[in-house]
Amino acid sequence: MLEHLPVLPILFPMLAAPLCVLIRQRRLVMGIAIAVCWVTFALTVRLLLLVMTDGTQTYEMGGWQVPWGIEYRVDMLSAFVLLFISGIGAIVLSYAPLSIEREIPRHQHYLFCTEYLLCLAGLMGIVITGDMFNLFVFLEISSLSAYALISLGNSRRALTAAFQYLVMGTIGATFILIGIGLMYMMTGTLNMTDMFDRLRQPVSAGGDTQIAINTRTIAVAFAFLSVGISLKMALFPLHMWLPNAYTFAPSAVTAFIAATATKVSVYVLLRFVFTIYGTEYAFDKLPFNTDLTILSLIGIVAASTAAIFQQNIKRMLAYSSIAQVGYMVLGISLASLDGLTGGIVHMFNHALIKGGLFLAMGCFAYRLGSLQLDDLRGIGKRMPLTMFAWVLGGLGLIGVPATAGFISKWYLINAALERGWWPVAVLVLLSSLLALIYVWRVVEVAYFETPNERHAAVQEAPLALLIPTGVLIGASIVFGIWTEWSAGVARQAAEILLQGTS
Amino acid sequence: MNPETSIILALLLPLIACLSIAVFDKRANIRELFTLACAGTLLCVVGSLASHVFAGARPEWSLPFEVVSGLGIAFQVEPLGMLFALVASSLWIVTTVYSIGYMRGHDEQHQTRFFACFAIAIFAAMGAAMAKNMLTLFFFYEILTFSTYPLVTHHGTETARRGGRTYLSILLFTSVSMLLLAIVWTWNVAGTLDFRPGGILSGKADDSLLGVLLALYVFGTGKAALMPFHRWLPAAMVAPTPVSALLHAVAVVKVGVFTVMKVAVYIFGTDLLTRSGISLWLMYMAGGTVLLGSLVALTKDNLKARLAYSTISQLSYIVLGAMLANSLGVLGGSMHIAMHAFGKITLFFCAGAIYVAAHKTEISDMQGIGRRMPVTLSAFFLGSLSVIGLPPFGGSWSKWYLALGAAEAHQYPLIAVLMISSLLNIAYLMPVVIRGFFFAPPDGPERPEIQEAPLMCVIPLSVTALSGVALFIYADTIWRWLEPVASGQPW
Amino acid sequence: MNDLLGLYNYWVVIGLMMIGFYVVLARGNLIKKVIGLNMFQISVFLLYITMGKVHDGTTPIKPATNFYTGDKFEVFTNPVPSVLMLTAIVVGIATTSLALALIVRIHEAYGTIEEDEILAADRESEC
Repeated sequence: MLEHLPVLPILFPMLAAPLCVLIRQRRLVMGIAIAVCWVTFALTVRLLLLVMTDGTQTYEMGGWQVPWGIEYRVDMLSAFVLLFISGIGAIVLSYAPLSIEREIPRHQHYLFCTEYLLCLAGLMGIVITGDMFNLFVFLEISSLSAYALISLGNSRRALTAAFQYLVMGTIGATFILIGIGLMYMMTGTLNMTDMFDRLRQPVSAGGDTQIAINTRTIAVAFAFLSVGISLKMALFPLHMWLPNAYTFAPSAVTAFIAATATKVSVYVLLRFVFTIYGTEYAFDKLPFNTDLTILSLIGIVAASTAAIFQQNIKRMLAYSSIAQVGYMVLGISLASLDGLTGGIVHMFNHALIKGGLFLAMGCFAYRLGSLQLDDLRGIGKRMPLTMFAWVLGGLGLIGVPATAGFISKWYLINAALERGWWPVAVLVLLSSLLALIYVWRVVEVAYFETPNERHAAVQEAPLALLIPTGVLIGASIVFGIWTEWSAGVARQAAEILLQGTS
Repeated sequence: MNPETSIILALLLPLIACLSIAVFDKRANIRELFTLACAGTLLCVVGSLASHVFAGARPEWSLPFEVVSGLGIAFQVEPLGMLFALVASSLWIVTTVYSIGYMRGHDEQHQTRFFACFAIAIFAAMGAAMAKNMLTLFFFYEILTFSTYPLVTHHGTETARRGGRTYLSILLFTSVSMLLLAIVWTWNVAGTLDFRPGGILSGKADDSLLGVLLALYVFGTGKAALMPFHRWLPAAMVAPTPVSALLHAVAVVKVGVFTVMKVAVYIFGTDLLTRSGISLWLMYMAGGTVLLGSLVALTKDNLKARLAYSTISQLSYIVLGAMLANSLGVLGGSMHIAMHAFGKITLFFCAGAIYVAAHKTEISDMQGIGRRMPVTLSAFFLGSLSVIGLPPFGGSWSKWYLALGAAEAHQYPLIAVLMISSLLNIAYLMPVVIRGFFFAPPDGPERPEIQEAPLMCVIPLSVTALSGVALFIYADTIWRWLEPVASGQPW
Repeated sequence: MNDLLGLYNYWVVIGLMMIGFYVVLARGNLIKKVIGLNMFQISVFLLYITMGKVHDGTTPIKPATNFYTGDKFEVFTNPVPSVLMLTAIVVGIATTSLALALIVRIHEAYGTIEEDEILAADRESEC
């Protein structure tokens, strides 16, 4: 069983999805879906433990030999990302049954489960696979199911948001496909580790012989890939799809996608830049790290500022997410051990914080219906536990010590100062203050104002919704102090990435 | 008791108090009993720890895992921190008794939240006092900021909200953009964040860099209320007086100046500072704050506002001592932590007592109040003498040592600053006493029912007022305790 | 010149890609956007398929003998890109069908499938 472990996290959700369509019975489907998600989580835990003891795990699909067959390759980074993606998938789905009662019509619940499982399978696949085209396929699987999930929102704007995301996401994925195609053209392989070797071999292009990686084709491929990936991870200025998609999707969907989809795209960037192209190419030959630094800093400041002016709290958190992606990319662009650790651990920390915050928003949506700032007036008195969880999540966004957000900020600032780029460090710190403004706006309204008359009779959210929220927010506090399994693992993953392919 | 256990208990007791307060939300008397029990136990624990530390031991304890980059949450008690812990824990009991009297006398809302946040603030102060490295100190510094926000905005009114906003924004702006930057930078340069005698930065970077770093630390410690980052202190006066008393005369501001002192002595080291002269301009900034704070205090009619600016001024004495960085300066500054705490808390207690009993906040209204509230106003008088720095009150010793330290460093203008500020202190504190005792009460609808404040308010303020005398007598002991800090010997 | 004409397949790819991209951006009708998206994707299919053609290579089916000369073929065209594009075409179809389903629902909800009208309706309902 253990040799097949790399495939199982993809297999279980992918097989369960059509099962849900066939069974249709709402409760049974929910039960199966939740069980499958938790099993997947357990599998990824086992996988991480295996990778920590035995090193990188490889698996040849169908027994076909590498590099002609598709290889699944799980190293420390993959295992880490798998762990928190499936963990959050399981927690959010456990939260979902009660939440979608109010937001999605009953006859569509089984479809929600199906799409959810497909999305999870796709995300697992992206992280596990070691083949580039396979990556594209799984990317599209997860994206298509994400579009469908978003369109399940109860406003008609969910449909247009899903459509806009579809168009932009497909363009992004197609750019990635072009990039992969150009690389295949030059090297003849689609396997990631093989690609790394072949890029460093000579090819004859247009009569003269060059090392493949120095050709213009590969540079163009890199450009297409980076634009496509940036679109998928909502790096400024390719972030326009995100606010609408997060705002109008059902609460559980927003929580799931906010915590996973963009992080997996950051993972894809890490894979391409470090495992396939290698740092000397991306950072020494091309000024990629300068580009990324500038774009991420602009994104952080612009998105945080935009968040301050939002009236819809979900939209505010969406802009906050765009800023937080900026932090992750900033960590990558700093390309040192601390920078990369910061970027990778922020994937994890932000997933916990944002997941928890959107689950708290789901609790509010369950009781209040609408999520404008006005609706949250005085809610601190009526829904104290939910609001307290929200405040803790907000403190995590600001980066207060003892929250997970602080850990990421520490590594980023340290990495920036190591390079002597103190303006970058100052900007990161000032952006925390921007986060303070938009978080505290909500805190003040929730605790100081008199409750809105429309919501005079609301009570605390039900326990089934509070517990998953509490788990994620609690985790963000725990991992703000005990970081052996978050920053520690991220550090090991960063070391492996910086060494090159192992 | 094992010193390590004492450290753990000192941290746990305020948290246990917070939990029990939350549990016994409805049963006010049991709730208060728990706070008092925990506070009393804390004082005993801290006292036992003190007996080890002042005998030369340096007990430590740390969490067994790292938080970032090889750094962890670690505690090690040394004399300066021990003194601060003693002050904070002894004043917790006193303030709790006072708060009970005040909150009940005033029939305040949300008492559970008040006492619970108080306990967390004390937890943060204990953690900061015992911190072994700058990261731990920073953790507790920020926890203190956030745990005191509900206390500052306790009344929930629009003014409270705005006051809270000023409070939070200035404190977080300084701590995030300057203090955290300084901490990470120190980590980068020195490779460690531990507090060590002699500092960790000597020889690690050139002086101009260290100068910037020091400035970032001193201005980044917003809680030390060095101008221009002092506005949060008067803004925080919207809080109920027990909050102002403990937190803004003792815990919050003292964590601030304590941080500055620790940075000066254990991160930079007194030798480095005196040799390089990078603290010179900061010395003058502190001196300026001393004068400006006192001058502004003169203009304030609201008693709490006047006391707030007086605090700003007094805090800069301690910063001055730290920046002088010679042994007398450090000694004087550290002693002033204790002296000022007891003196100022007396003054705030009195202000609160006057508010509870007579509902007066403006000094111009307080004519003749001494006739009705003799104990309160006498305590105010004694507290003022300590703050002004006259014998036989403790404040005189700390000022004396600061002046000696300034003389030793040949900073004669600073001695003048100290003298002038003492005169200004007299000028803004004495009128309150004089008006209260010697002026006739204004005619008109006299409130004959003005009596002395409730007993639970009067006892604490008398205790702290008389402590000023005790501190004067035992200043020698405190001097001996603090000597290892000032002399910079290795542990 | 040889490069320009010899690489005509890439020019076709670029042409189709740009036309498709332009349609997506410039046309307000949602169905036209989907058509543009399709054209964009088709250009990529052509890129892969045409890149697979090996000079003098024949269809990659075994055994292959030249009908006219009877010799065995030595050089085959690369089958992999075509195979990859089978998958990509399927992905494209899934995307298109999802997009069309969304358009049907949008039409039900808004009564129109013109982007500017939809945006106007959204702005109105927000105020």
